[in-house]
Amino acid sequence: MKAPSAFNRVSVAAGLAFLYLPIILLVIYSFNASRLVTVWGGFSTKWYGALLQDDQLLDAIGVTLRVGLISATLATVLGVLAAVALVRSGRFKGRLLFSGMVFAPLVMPEVVLGLSLLLLFVAVGLPRGFWTVTVSHATVTLCYATVVIQARLVSFDKALEEAARDLGCTPVQAFFAVTLPNIAPAVAAAWMLAFTLSLDDLVIASFTSGPGATTLPMRIYSQVRLGVSPEINAVSTLLIGLVATGVIGVYLVQQRRARVADLGAG
Amino acid sequence: MTTTRRPRLNIGAVRSSFAPWADPTLQPLVRFDGVSKRFGAETAVNNVSLSIYESEFFALLGPSGCGKTTLMRLLAGFETPDAGRITLAGQDLAGMPPHRRPVNMMFQSYALFPHLSVEQNIGFGLKQQGMPKGQIADRVVEMLALVRLQGLARRKPHQLSGGQRQRVALARAIAPNPKMLLLDEPLAALDKKLREETQFELIALQQRLGMTFLIVTHDQEEAMVTADRIAVMREGQIVQIGRPAEVYETPNSRYVADFIGDVNLFEGAVTAADGKVVKMATADCPAGFEALEDDAVSVGSTAWLGVRPEKIELHLDPPKDGPNRLAGKVADYGYLGDWTTYVVELESGRTVRAARANASRLVARPIACDDAVWLTFAPDAAVVLTR
Repeated sequence: MKAPSAFNRVSVAAGLAFLYLPIILLVIYSFNASRLVTVWGGFSTKWYGALLQDDQLLDAIGVTLRVGLISATLATVLGVLAAVALVRSGRFKGRLLFSGMVFAPLVMPEVVLGLSLLLLFVAVGLPRGFWTVTVSHATVTLCYATVVIQARLVSFDKALEEAARDLGCTPVQAFFAVTLPNIAPAVAAAWMLAFTLSLDDLVIASFTSGPGATTLPMRIYSQVRLGVSPEINAVSTLLIGLVATGVIGVYLVQQRRARVADLGAG
Repeated sequence: MTTTRRPRLNIGAVRSSFAPWADPTLQPLVRFDGVSKRFGAETAVNNVSLSIYESEFFALLGPSGCGKTTLMRLLAGFETPDAGRITLAGQDLAGMPPHRRPVNMMFQSYALFPHLSVEQNIGFGLKQQGMPKGQIADRVVEMLALVRLQGLARRKPHQLSGGQRQRVALARAIAPNPKMLLLDEPLAALDKKLREETQFELIALQQRLGMTFLIVTHDQEEAMVTADRIAVMREGQIVQIGRPAEVYETPNSRYVADFIGDVNLFEGAVTAADGKVVKMATADCPAGFEALEDDAVSVGSTAWLGVRPEKIELHLDPPKDGPNRLAGKVADYGYLGDWTTYVVELESGRTVRAARANASRLVARPIACDDAVWLTFAPDAAVVLTR
C-alpha cells in the first residue's frame, strides 16, 4: 500500500482538529482548578466532586437515563415490528406509503417534530412531564431503530425461517426461535442508537417536557445561559464518555453481526 | 402431455423389480391433481398431475425456471396452489400450514441455523414435536452416525466444510422421520467429485431408510443416477415420466431427447411404417433411414430421427451401401479422456456428433480433422420422434 501523501495527512489532521479540538478543550477545562473558564489554574478533579453535591444536576441525569432506557426499549420493540412488516410481508397495500412514513422523521426538522408533538399533547390535554418526553423520544428514534433492523432483515436468508416452519414451528415460533436470535446484534445496535439519540436530545425534550422532568441537556443549556461553570464541563465530559461508549458498543456489535452474517450466508 | 411408451428393453435400472407405479392396486403416497400455480402473469406450474409412491426415489428434472422448485414448495406448503389438489397418504393438504405437514425439506442453501450447534440443528424438529430431551439426544446420536458426523455434535455450522453442512442439513430433515423427504438441489453446492460420491450415499441412505425421496435438480446426471423415476419438466408442465433408462432411450419428444444427454436430430418425411419399422426419406442418405418403432406413425408426416452420439459407429473405410449410412469429414473433435467426441460435417453441410469410447491407450490410426469418415447406426439405435 502507498503511504498517504503530505496533502492527505494535512487534510486528515485539519479535519480531525476541526471536529475534536473543541471537545478536547472542554475535557481539559473540566480538570481546571480555576473557577474562570478561560484561565488555567492547575489540574484538579474538584468539579467532579462538586457535581456529586449538585442535586439538580444529579436529578437531571436520573431523568435522562430513565427516559433513555424506556424510550429506547419502546422504539426497539416497535422498530422490530415495523422492520418485519416492511421486509417480510411482501407487497401489501400501502407498503410504500408506510415505509415512507416510517422514515420521514429522519429528515424532518427537529423543531417541527417537537412543536407538532407539543401541539398533540396540548390538544389531547396530556400534562407535559416525564412520559411525554419518553413517548416523544420513542417516536423520533423509532425510525432509526427500524432502519438498522431492516438492513439486517433484508440480508437474512428467508430459507432459515422456512426451515424452521418446515420443522414444526408456527410463524411466531419461527420468529422467536430462529429470526430473533440471528438479528439480535442488529436489535442491540438499534437499542443503543436509540438510547444515545435520546441521551443528547435537547430540542424535542424542550418542547415536550414539563415541570419536574428536566433532562440533562436541558439542565446544561439553561445553566450555560447563566454562565459557563467548570461543573458543566465536568458533566459534559461524562456525557461524552457515555455516548462514546455507546457508539463503540454499537460498532463492536455490528462487527460481530457482520461476522455472524457471513457465517449464515457461507 | 405424458404418454407412457412401452419400453422396448429393460436397460440396467438400479432397482428393476421396484415398480409400484405399474401396480394399479397400490395407492400413491403423494398425488398432484391438476395443480396450477401462477406468480403474477407467469404460470410457474401448469395443470400438473403426478403420483409418487411409497419408498420411491423420484426426481423432478428441468432447466431453471421450469417450475420444479415451485412444485416442491407446493408440497411443502410454502406456496398455495391456484387450482388443483395435492394429497399426501390420502389426506388433502389444502389449507394445511407447513409446520403441520409430515414432510421435511432439505434446502438448497441448507438453511442451517447459524446460532445453533450441529446437534441442536438436528434436534430442532424433534424439540418442536415435543419429544422428551432424553429421546432427542438418542435420536440425534443416531442421526449423526447415519451421516457419519460423530464427534462434530458441538460444532457450529460455520465450523464445518460444505460437505459436512450438507450432511447436517440432511440429518436435520430426516430426524423427525417424515413421510417424505424433499431435496431441493441438494448437491448443487458441492464440487464434482464430492457430488458423485454423495449421489451414491443418498441412494444407499434412501434404500436403508425406505423413505420416499423427492429430489429437484437441473443436473440430468444426478437425476439419472439417483432416481427410480424422473419427471422431465418444461415451462410448468411435465413432458415425460419414466425410469432413467426409459427417458434416455425412448424420449417422447425432441425436447426430452435434447435435454437429457446429447442427440443428433434428423428431420425427414415418413415413407413407410408397419408397426415395427419406420422408414424415412432424407437428403443425407440415399437409402433413407430405418428405425425400429412400434408406435403408430403416419406415413407422409414429418418426423425426427434421434440418434445418440455414442450409438453412432465411425468408419474410416466406406461401409456397404444401405440405410442409416452417412458420409462426411471430421470437422472437429474433443478428447475427454474416457470418450472422444467427433463433429462430422456431412456433404449437406450439417454436422453430426459421434462419440467413441477410448478403449485402448494407443490407436493404430488416429482420426484427425478433415479425414473422410462414414457414419452408420443400427435401426434399434435410433428413435422416431413426432414432436
